[in-house]
Amino acid sequence: MTALLEIDGLTKRFGGVTAVDACSFTVPAGSVTALVGPNGSGKTTAFNLITGYARADAGAVRFDGAAVRRPDPIRLARSGLTRTFQQARIFPDLTLVENMVAALQQPWTSVFTRAVRRPERERALELLDEFGIARLADERAGNLSYGQKKLLEFAAVLMGDPRLVLLDEPTAGVNPVLVDQIEERIRELNARGLTFLVVEHNMNLVMRLCDPVVVLAQGTKLAEGRPDEVRNDPRVLDAYLGG
Amino acid sequence: MTRNGLLRGGAFVAAGIAFPLLFNAAWLVNIGILTLMYAALAVSWNLFSGFTGYITLGQVAFFGLGAYSLGITFEHFGIGSGYNPFYVLPIVGACVAFASLPVAWIALRTRAMTFAIVTLTLLFIVQQLAFNLHSLTHGSSGLMLPTPTTFGVDNYDRPFYYAMLGLVLLALLICWGILRSKLGLMLLSIREDEEKARGLGIRVTGTKLVAWWLHVFVTAMVGGVWAYYLTFIYPESSVDPLVMIGAVLMTFLGGRGTLWGPVVGALVLVPAQQYMLIHLGGSQLYLVGYAAVFMVVLLVLPRGIIPSIRDGVVRTRERQRTRGGAAKAAV
Ligand SMILES: Nc1ncnc2c1ncn2[C@@H]1O[C@H](COP(=O)(O)OP(=O)(O)OP(=O)(O)O)[C@@H](O)[C@H]1O
Ligand SMILES: [Mg+2]
Repeated sequence: MTALLEIDGLTKRFGGVTAVDACSFTVPAGSVTALVGPNGSGKTTAFNLITGYARADAGAVRFDGAAVRRPDPIRLARSGLTRTFQQARIFPDLTLVENMVAALQQPWTSVFTRAVRRPERERALELLDEFGIARLADERAGNLSYGQKKLLEFAAVLMGDPRLVLLDEPTAGVNPVLVDQIEERIRELNARGLTFLVVEHNMNLVMRLCDPVVVLAQGTKLAEGRPDEVRNDPRVLDAYLGG
Repeated sequence: MTRNGLLRGGAFVAAGIAFPLLFNAAWLVNIGILTLMYAALAVSWNLFSGFTGYITLGQVAFFGLGAYSLGITFEHFGIGSGYNPFYVLPIVGACVAFASLPVAWIALRTRAMTFAIVTLTLLFIVQQLAFNLHSLTHGSSGLMLPTPTTFGVDNYDRPFYYAMLGLVLLALLICWGILRSKLGLMLLSIREDEEKARGLGIRVTGTKLVAWWLHVFVTAMVGGVWAYYLTFIYPESSVDPLVMIGAVLMTFLGGRGTLWGPVVGALVLVPAQQYMLIHLGGSQLYLVGYAAVFMVVLLVLPRGIIPSIRDGVVRTRERQRTRGGAAKAAV
């Protein structure tokens, strides 16, 4: 399988803490790759480095075969690499539909066109419906529950037709019914060709859904492989259960 | 456009046109011009700062640049008198707006308080330029513009009044258009969470620059009309921090990020200010009155008049609906 995203020697220090330490792994095209590890092992920081929200001290990122020299969120989003945040980030004063349409990547020529055109609204409603929140379409997004905000953020990043989506703990703090729904969505989108890199603490979900699994501990990669390989790796058990 | 919006706009235009015809005392029309001038400034301030969340304190620099640009154009090109200079205004506005883009691009690399301070320094830079570029501005001795003789004596103020009214309407129209367009959606998402907006691929800098250009375009034209009206401008009056404070205050009073808020703020504050100016004499005491108004607004209506009224209306409707429902249930 060809790699859609290649991470090579990524390093980030915060003062004395090395949050990400010479980390290398790949996300094969068409996969749902998991990035797991104990709290504070550098998963979110790795996401920030890859998507240009923080500047790496060392290391290289390749997306779709091309080196990403200075990762920039805008350019990456427009070339098909997008992410969600651990604490869902939505635009609270906009409606759900407006949140969705704002996530469409517009050319300059459409800046002065209508905010929400009919086909755009229809596409937004379709996606919201897949995520089970279409009946709230014209509510203020700020009124959504915590879990619903996560669903909205996930749905919104899909508006830009990405090729690779980085999800930071999509099911954290979400009730079991919604967890199933999110799993279902990821499976279906993956079947349609979308690649995922998922940070997730729910190990049952990871084992069911993801392949390969990358394990981080203290910023470095501990293991990388099929879920069953990783699960039985003594170093991984050690990192999670030991201290 | 909703029916209510159309009614509101129509009422404003009608009242605006009728005012100088009903009250033709020069001092009243003069207050009318001042009110409209502040309204235009406040609406265009809101157009940038209200929609992006970036508080600029440098708007008056472009008011001054517009004023001087028109004055200098008068001196060096024959643009005639009478109504002709009004037709030059859009060119002046566009030139000032384009010239401001590089500065804005640099200033927009900063956020929040830093942006406010950086733009505030713009104001003082332009004032210093007006003082020191003697050959163009005549420094502190000021710049004379020709007095239009064709306007007659009786209703001399009227063309300026209508020019200001036109600029208020233009600014409102731009805001209204923005609020309905993709540009508005992008600006609001930037105001809510700029980092998230970047992650979605929204070109935040370019979007902010479009709003910036539009707000300078209107502001510079307002400055031009004001200069032509006074026929005499000097650095302290054309780049006046008090005008800046006024425009910001009116927007806060009326409601930031709303269409009509800044207009309402100007309609309340400018006449009040003129009243205090007359009754408290030439002393600076009216500034104390200003400060008092601001304190009361922040305490009683922290989000401004328009949003507070809107909330009130919504709450009343809700109450009526629940009461109606209860009554029906009882039957
Ligand atoms: N901006 C920052 N400044 C200083 N230290 C930081 C910063 N961001 C992260 N860190 C540190 O880097 C380390 C890795 O944090 P990170 O958030 O990447 O962990 P994580 O794997 O996402 O954890 P969790 O599972 O709890 O979300 C932690 O020790 C954290 O304190
Ligand atoms: Mg994290």
